[in-house]
Amino acid sequence: MQTIGDSLLSATRIDKVFPGAKALDKVDFHLRRGEVHALLGENGAGKSTLVKCLTGAYRRDGGTILLEGVEVDPRDTFNAQKLGIGTVYQEVNLLPNLTVAENLFLGRQPRRLGLVDVGAMNRQARALLENYELDLDVTRALDSYSVAIQQVVAIARAVDLSGKVLILDEPTASLDAHEVEMLFRIIRRLKARGLGIVFITHFLEQVYEISDRITVLRNGQLVGTRDTATLERRDLISMMIGRELAAEIRAAREEPDVTGPVRYRFKDYGRKGHISPFDLDVKAGEVVGIAGLLGSGRTETAEILFGAHRADSGTAEVDGKPVQLSSPRRAIAHRFGFCPEDRKTAGIVGDLSVRENIVLALQARRGWTRPISRTEQNRLADHYIRALDIRTADREKPIRLLSGGNQQKAILARWLATEPEFLILDEPTRGIDVGAHAEIVRLIEGLREKGMSLLVISSEIEELVAYSTRIVVLRDRQHVAALEGNRITADQIIEAIASANERGAA
Amino acid sequence: MKPKYLPLTATIVIFVLSYALCAAQYPNILSTRVIGNLLTDNAFLGIAAVGMTFVILSGGIDLSIGSVIAFTGVFLAVVLDNTAIHPLAAFALVLLITTLFGAVMGAIIHYLEMPAFIVTLAGMFLARGMAFVLSIDSIAIKHPFYGTMKALYYKLPGGGRITLIGGLMLLVFAIGILIAHRTRFGTDVYALGGGTATAKLMGVPVGRTTILIYALSGLLAGLSGIVFSLYTSAGYSLAAVGVELDAITAVVIGGTLLTGGSGFVAGTFIGILIQGLIQTYITFDGSLSSWWTKILIGLLLFVFILMQKGIVYVSRREQRHA
Repeated sequence: MQTIGDSLLSATRIDKVFPGAKALDKVDFHLRRGEVHALLGENGAGKSTLVKCLTGAYRRDGGTILLEGVEVDPRDTFNAQKLGIGTVYQEVNLLPNLTVAENLFLGRQPRRLGLVDVGAMNRQARALLENYELDLDVTRALDSYSVAIQQVVAIARAVDLSGKVLILDEPTASLDAHEVEMLFRIIRRLKARGLGIVFITHFLEQVYEISDRITVLRNGQLVGTRDTATLERRDLISMMIGRELAAEIRAAREEPDVTGPVRYRFKDYGRKGHISPFDLDVKAGEVVGIAGLLGSGRTETAEILFGAHRADSGTAEVDGKPVQLSSPRRAIAHRFGFCPEDRKTAGIVGDLSVRENIVLALQARRGWTRPISRTEQNRLADHYIRALDIRTADREKPIRLLSGGNQQKAILARWLATEPEFLILDEPTRGIDVGAHAEIVRLIEGLREKGMSLLVISSEIEELVAYSTRIVVLRDRQHVAALEGNRITADQIIEAIASANERGAA
Repeated sequence: MKPKYLPLTATIVIFVLSYALCAAQYPNILSTRVIGNLLTDNAFLGIAAVGMTFVILSGGIDLSIGSVIAFTGVFLAVVLDNTAIHPLAAFALVLLITTLFGAVMGAIIHYLEMPAFIVTLAGMFLARGMAFVLSIDSIAIKHPFYGTMKALYYKLPGGGRITLIGGLMLLVFAIGILIAHRTRFGTDVYALGGGTATAKLMGVPVGRTTILIYALSGLLAGLSGIVFSLYTSAGYSLAAVGVELDAITAVVIGGTLLTGGSGFVAGTFIGILIQGLIQTYITFDGSLSSWWTKILIGLLLFVFILMQKGIVYVSRREQRHA
């Protein structure tokens, strides 16, 4: 264990209590000079709370923070910045309408004769950004640049203002691979300059690529701090979730019995420009996994099945009777449910409470003339909060205050409340961390065992393998292959996507 | 061209085109006399619109301007009529009152987290009411100093005159441009318009800036009231009704986004000139009803709102492709 001496930032026995919950319980965190220190944990483990205590956004309830051996007590983020602790968030906290230079120097613009010296400011901004491999027109508005560049500008500002500790809260969440590479080059450069960098993410590959040490929190408590080089990924995951997820996924699959009648039959179903006509049968108690690369027509398949886009060819049957699925309302009437991919824009209503979000779809199906009584709403909400283990202080909390995984579970609850018989899930585990991930996988298994029919879209092939009874492979907006039984393996799926590609090239 | 210059450029193009059209029909419109009168006639509106530009840039609105102008006029008329106070002292006093008035509104908006719309609406009624309390009648101002000031002008070649109040408006615009683009306060105003929460996180003194913005608007409304009383040589509590809306119109036509954060003080100047030009054209024509001013301004406003929407849409799409 390191001594306090080589620590740049040293937080010991940090406590933070929220009404009804202990968010941090005597957490220790030590950051060295010139290291990238990953801070990991499930949703709700206390990562954000710890960071907010370090940056003064929250007042801690106990514990001490030493910066370069001197006790500090940041009152707010601005004060923390002056002390030397800068933070960059996933959502860039800069002003999109100001120029790049103004964003970098807001509040400390160089002046001459009392007036802002714009020329000097722009020169200094260019000089500053040269350290970050950026050659921008600093007189342009910030929002004329991509999120990745805005992020780097935010980092440049934070480092220039604080210069000792840099906290990066999920900086890579909305960046593509190339942009992540650029960001990592910058992080390495700052590290070489002796900054201590705290890196919060849920991409484990990135943790292994960039970090020197890892600290894991779970349920507000410190699980441990390890050197990245000697920590096996499997051990890291079990530190984070306290369960053996890996083992769970690899557990010998008991081949589920899906010999029942076909409940949903789509023939020649398709829509020009969206998805080529396909045939699809779904039985009761079956999970159909949809695999394919981004843009292969996965979401389009889900939307056309749910009636979000009307099919222009083919027929649909439910239990042998032809049906029209021309709108989501019709689909819901046939007991379809659909959790869309982007929960922020298509799923949750942020300012409504967890309860209101859960009863939304059910109320919509009943129509506004038959309101659900408050008692019934409460019963439903409590039931699903318990059943799906949605972590919320109470059912009246606005849903936007919940973590991503818990929001996802609440949306799932919304559709489960309508008691669907055919549930379509589009990327149900996108953007949530390992623990919530495993719970959603378990949930899907549970629903299938109860006899529900599911169609699940996912980019995570391992995950599809874990719960699908059949996998449909998509490419170029066509259904190109179906895998069943013991052919459902990650290798087979990858081969199906790849061979389909070869065929396409030929 | 940077997208932020688009609305301003459009405004200038429209102004130049319409000026050319007017000149083609009435060549006299090019004379310096007309230009001098354009400045004099719109001086009070222009000065008030500079204050309004800052308020709108910060994402707010100030509905009290017209009432403050009327209050200032009545206050000056009553004071000069009933006391021996020199007009310059009265000017200083009334500017102090209107500046404080604006500052208090700004403080309420910031500290009580109230929408600017409702706070300044209350301010509008309050100032108008105070004017009525001072006097219901229209009072003429006969102080000799007023005559002296009205006789001050700079003679342009061609016989046109830049009067004291016309020149004052130009000065206010020049200072306004300097404040907006060359001071930290100016950047802070834009920062508030970009997002109060983020601005606060970045260390912008939100409270101080908000109070200063509305104080500035109050100060300029007071100055506009002084100019208006010089222009009309009277104080009347029913004067300048709806001037705040004319000011907002000038700001929007000048290319400033009503949502804040983007625009130029110089644009507002062009916005004022466009309104003045339409008025002048109608005077030249002689047969058109003056309501045509309102109709044309209304149409222009629609066009500009649509154009701004279009620009926002285009720049969003560009960003997505960047």
